[in-house]
Amino acid sequence: MTPPLLRFDKVALRRGGRMLFEDLDVSLAGGEALLVTGPNGSGKSSLIRLAAGLLQPERGIVERTSLALADDQPALDRELPLGRALSFWASSPAQAMEALGLTPLKDVPVRLLSSGQLKRATLARVVASSTPLWLLDEPLNALDADGAGRLMAAIEKHLSTGGAVLAASHQPLPGNWAKLELQP
Amino acid sequence: MIGALIVRDVRRGLTGAAWLPIAFFLLVAALVPFAVGPDAALLARVGAGILWLAALTAALLPVERLIEPDRADGVLDQFALHGLAEESVALAKIAAHWLTFAPLLLLAALPASALLAMNGRALARTEIALAIGTPALAALAVAVAAVTAGLPRAGSLAGLLLLPLAIPLLIFAVADAYLLEAAVSLLLTAGAPFVAGAALRASRT
Repeated sequence: MTPPLLRFDKVALRRGGRMLFEDLDVSLAGGEALLVTGPNGSGKSSLIRLAAGLLQPERGIVERTSLALADDQPALDRELPLGRALSFWASSPAQAMEALGLTPLKDVPVRLLSSGQLKRATLARVVASSTPLWLLDEPLNALDADGAGRLMAAIEKHLSTGGAVLAASHQPLPGNWAKLELQP
Repeated sequence: MIGALIVRDVRRGLTGAAWLPIAFFLLVAALVPFAVGPDAALLARVGAGILWLAALTAALLPVERLIEPDRADGVLDQFALHGLAEESVALAKIAAHWLTFAPLLLLAALPASALLAMNGRALARTEIALAIGTPALAALAVAVAAVTAGLPRAGSLAGLLLLPLAIPLLIFAVADAYLLEAAVSLLLTAGAPFVAGAALRASRT
């Protein structure tokens, strides 16, 4: 039994004076993929940020390995060509760009990318990160069918090499996911 | 990672609007002879003080682009995920801001001193005082930028926060009390990363 890459132990999270969830247990080992679902405002994004260590739990313990996060903030320098912007975070982003179909856009400045291309770039930053745990917040937002297919292939590959994925989405994701539904 | 951050911020500063605060600094210096009249003796007497006022107001201009764009774009979150302490990020940003701001300011003080009819001795004294004080100005700018990041009308608020904190620096700088100025500058520069770091953590939502 390998140690989990992410573990929540009786975690409670309070946001804006409201308890979003209590006594939440999550354990994610290599090769596992967990999809967090729930209506708007149920705390999906907060759970992702809690897992990333960007929020602190009200109670309970969160343990994590090194991880990469893709949410709706690309964190790529807008004035740089995409290839250079990505290489600030990962030394060799070429493979990840290829996986998400971004290679032809290598020399295009980030500020000129469409929202779908920007989402792919954000995901490519995670794919290129070579961390065992991926956190994806609404990964399908703005992605077309080709982009979604490429993302699923990348996730599949990541899981098969011992990685884990925690995703939050209000729409169903293709593939085999363990489900965690948050109540409003 | 810290080195990469400094290089990135210097590049962004220089390709962005690094000349804007400098142009502003020169413009203020050029306005003074119109405001107080072309009396060379009077200008020379107030010259050092005017240059410092111009430097202080010029230091305010870039405050809104020091932290807020990186906060809004998730760059600060990514640094946290890479295990970088907020204080380290702040320190790197102070270093990068100083590098893009101070050398240009010291250079711009040359033509500005001519506009104010300052002699070589007065210019040299002001340059020394600016060299000692600019790290504190850069540190204050980053700390204030971190405290006001994400707030509406952050620019005006930044002025209200930064200028009073710079008063001790100003007093010792124009009095040619270099050691006291250096002490204040050291205090501000050493304290700012912790203030900025705490503010960055608190602004995370």
